[in-house]
Amino acid sequence: MTIPIDKNNKGQNVIYDVKNLDLWYGNDQALKNLDFAIGENEVTAIIGPSGCGKSTFIKTLNRMIEMIPNVRTSGEILYRGTNIFDKSVRVEELRTKVGMVFQKPNPFPKSIYENVVYGPKIHGIRNKKQLMEIVETSLKSAALWDEVKDRLHDNAYGLSGGQQQRLCIARCLAIQPDVLLMDEPTSALDPIATHRIEELIEELKKNYTIVIVTHSMHQAGRISDKTAFFLSGEIIEFGKTTVIFSNPKDQRTEDYITGRFG
Amino acid sequence: MDKTVRVKDIIKKNINSNKNRQIEKIMPTLFFLAATISILTTIGIVSTLVVDAYKFFRQVPIKEVFSTKLAPLGSNPSFGILPLINGTVITSIIAMGVAIPIGLTAAIYLSEYASENCRKALKPIMELLAGIPTIVYGFFAYSFVTPLLMTIIPDLGAKNALSPGIVMGIMIIPLVASLSEDAMNSVPNAMREGALALGSTKLEVTIKVVVPAAISGIIASFVLGISRAIGETMIVVIASGSSKNFTFDVTKSIQTMTAYIVEFTSGDAGSGTLGYYSLYAVGLILFVFTLLMNLLARYISRRYREEY
Repeated sequence: MTIPIDKNNKGQNVIYDVKNLDLWYGNDQALKNLDFAIGENEVTAIIGPSGCGKSTFIKTLNRMIEMIPNVRTSGEILYRGTNIFDKSVRVEELRTKVGMVFQKPNPFPKSIYENVVYGPKIHGIRNKKQLMEIVETSLKSAALWDEVKDRLHDNAYGLSGGQQQRLCIARCLAIQPDVLLMDEPTSALDPIATHRIEELIEELKKNYTIVIVTHSMHQAGRISDKTAFFLSGEIIEFGKTTVIFSNPKDQRTEDYITGRFG
Repeated sequence: MDKTVRVKDIIKKNINSNKNRQIEKIMPTLFFLAATISILTTIGIVSTLVVDAYKFFRQVPIKEVFSTKLAPLGSNPSFGILPLINGTVITSIIAMGVAIPIGLTAAIYLSEYASENCRKALKPIMELLAGIPTIVYGFFAYSFVTPLLMTIIPDLGAKNALSPGIVMGIMIIPLVASLSEDAMNSVPNAMREGALALGSTKLEVTIKVVVPAAISGIIASFVLGISRAIGETMIVVIASGSSKNFTFDVTKSIQTMTAYIVEFTSGDAGSGTLGYYSLYAVGLILFVFTLLMNLLARYISRRYREEY
């Protein structure tokens, strides 16, 4: 599982290789024949109008989609070479490597400290000193430490929405994942909090591979390296963000980006 | 002819009508009266209890009240209330020993594991159990559970504390399960998702996230169950007999506070006698018991509440 990270060769290593992925909710096909790869230490943005399957897709990457009844998939998603749908893959193990941040901040109704140590604790870390160290580094990486270091034992719901979302990011970072999936992480936040999260993503991509679903084209343009444009469950265009935004090949991509629909 | 409805004019006419204004004035008073009825009733009950219990405590020294000898009808009557308190506490403990683990596990199954269809079918059936008259449970304890227990514990008395305790527990399971399930069901799904996304198993999500988040509702269900057990009458009257023994042996016949009141109100105590007033003293103590339970529940659920 340890592939050396070469800073000069960003994007060289493939983290996720999606092959002929189809997905159905009952009889409705939500994803159609997706076929693309996500590179290491890149920020991949997924854009597209509501209902185009972008949330469905990102939830497939850590198999959270299986919480919905009657979901069927075909095709493969290779995570570092292993098909995540393979019977030998334990979803719990996959999810420790692939963290997820949700649309609405969802901290547990516990203290800030308890939120961060939740993951490490269920995976067997009991040592108080180690836990405190994890709390500090995780909160620092999530750019929240300075704001909460004096009230670690207060309830997380006393934090503002933006702080709660950064806490959720810290909670993911505490188990040292490989990939961060973010499902519209700023859609419930005000512009200032959004800006802070975007700065944070900029910082995090040095160490993590990030896949982010976003409704905001500007956000995709600002923070991502690669962009995938989804429409009705298909990938219309995928490539370098700069290229997609300045010189889209497909008319539908151009229409969406320039705001003519969606 | 102008056919459009003149909404503005109609509103203007109605908004100043006397009838509407008077209703607006009267209704709050009605609401207030409805709200005070239960408070007034409580005050009434408590004052009757206190007045007559006072007559009892004036005649019987407090030392005798808290003794273990209860013989209200003897030639030299003695009014130690400890055997009754003991009887109530023991049967309630047995009942909660049955109801809490089974009720909570059932609630966890219904809320976290059962499919939607399964839950829809099971929950109403379970709640139906709560509607069975307690006298039926009493018979069930006396004529089925006691004989069954005798095959395991040969020297079990025909009247004993164990069997009604267990049956009371069975009676309370639906209450605990249903209220705990409501509490767990109202935990937002986003929290389960958050925990699952960190690689938790379903069991870890349930025990470390859902149950703690619902703990105040769960504890409230326990306390309601305990109150139910303390106040339960018919089952213990039928299946635990009326021996006024101070004993911790659950195979022996005991009497609870409620059963004592039943025994005496069915004719043994003439009005104005000491035995008659002792009913009010027992009633008052019963009342204080449940009051303390409720206060404790409030404290615990506030102390452990996880707000979201």
